[in-house]
Amino acid sequence: MTTPGGSTGSPSEHRDTWPLWEVFVRANRGLAHVHAGSLHAPDADMALRNARDLYTRRGEGTSVWVVPAEAITTSDPDSKGAFFESPAGKNYRHPKYYTASEGVPHL
Amino acid sequence: MTTMIRETAEVDEQIFFDALIDADERIEPRDWMPEAYRRTLVRQISQHAHSEIIGMQPEGDWITRAPSLKRKAILMAKVQDEAGHGLYLYSAAQTLGIGRDEMTRQLIAGEAKYSSIFNYPTPTWADMGAIGWLVDGAAICNQVPLCRCSYGPYGRAMVRVCKEESFHQRQGFEILLTLMRGSAAQREMAQDAVDRWYWPSLMMFGPPDDASPNSARSMAWKIKRFSNDDLRQRFIGMIVPQAEILGVTLPDPALEWDAAAGRWQMSPIDWDEFHEVLAGRGQMNAERLRRRREAHEEGAWVREAAAAYAASRTGAPSRSSSEARSADPRSLSGARSADPRSLSEARSADSRSLSEARSAETKRPDPPEDPR
Repeated sequence: MTTPGGSTGSPSEHRDTWPLWEVFVRANRGLAHVHAGSLHAPDADMALRNARDLYTRRGEGTSVWVVPAEAITTSDPDSKGAFFESPAGKNYRHPKYYTASEGVPHL
Repeated sequence: MTTMIRETAEVDEQIFFDALIDADERIEPRDWMPEAYRRTLVRQISQHAHSEIIGMQPEGDWITRAPSLKRKAILMAKVQDEAGHGLYLYSAAQTLGIGRDEMTRQLIAGEAKYSSIFNYPTPTWADMGAIGWLVDGAAICNQVPLCRCSYGPYGRAMVRVCKEESFHQRQGFEILLTLMRGSAAQREMAQDAVDRWYWPSLMMFGPPDDASPNSARSMAWKIKRFSNDDLRQRFIGMIVPQAEILGVTLPDPALEWDAAAGRWQMSPIDWDEFHEVLAGRGQMNAERLRRRREAHEEGAWVREAAAAYAASRTGAPSRSSSEARSADPRSLSGARSADPRSLSEARSADSRSLSEARSAETKRPDPPEDPR
């Protein structure tokens, strides 16, 4: 498990850099917030305003979330295969596996 | 954000809400909504979630007795899906302000309702077929219109559920088809299961329209899109040709298409039975709740151990995991659909900015979005 943007190098570098925020935009009512990108900002309010200016200049959104990048835990890209291998060989989770009901109306 | 502030400042909240509903727009968690709308949704979504969770039991009973390894794997996948569907729905309900622990408490205390269908027993293997074909078929019929429910998080949860549900009905149909192509005893077993599940599955659509007092309001709010009777009619229209292909008889001698009325004529449904089961006096009500309560209590040590382990790693004061969960601000819902791939790839690109990582990549398609 790693945190993108979490390691910020040397302390002196850290002093000069605002924290990183991930931005999620809801394009329209009814749709989920989708990751749009990221930005640096000193606090949540500024991050929200910056996100609005950076990612919704053409009315791309009706709602914006900003999340501190270091609050996000991601799966490890190096263990991608093992981490996601469970569905392999389980094609019976898909309707196409059931061929005997092919062509039956409304199924 | 500014738009929203302007909206609420300038327009009366109720008028704005009504206008959204009229325009077929979705209501989202941060929007103002009438208390009754919120209460109705909390009740409906939590009951729906409970139904998925309790719904694991009738089929779970057959996992150890499935007739082949293949059938066992399929049944496990299906029961696992029901658990997942319950969790999607609990999350959607939490966006309305109710906690996960409170919903669990209501269920195991016997205060909450869930679909009456899960209080019927599953004595034979053919019941796995009849549940998939009839019960899941009726559920799909109910759930497809719910994808367009006016409350955003509920609709989005239903999109996911419906997509996953599509194999459930097919596998049930094929269990029955296999039995109907087998010995006389197997055909009899399939017919017996259909005889027992047909009427309860028709009851899943709820009381007739003239006896369903809240229906009209839910339809005005666009939580419901079709009436109980209309959905029931639609379901019958779907299963009649399927029954013919299976070679089973639907247990209603009066069932007939009335071309003039454009409706199926049928025998009356035994609503007394429906109300008895709903009131807790069905064959399996007590057993379902007993097992749910037992699972919750016997799982307590797992929750406690997980919380203790997490606390030992972070040095944070120990807190029960269930408390931690109900305080979860992710109930804002939708964070889940953010593409986690882009985050992990950003890390491998060794960049601190995700957007930089994205633009560095030339051909990767956009992350999948909500199908609507």
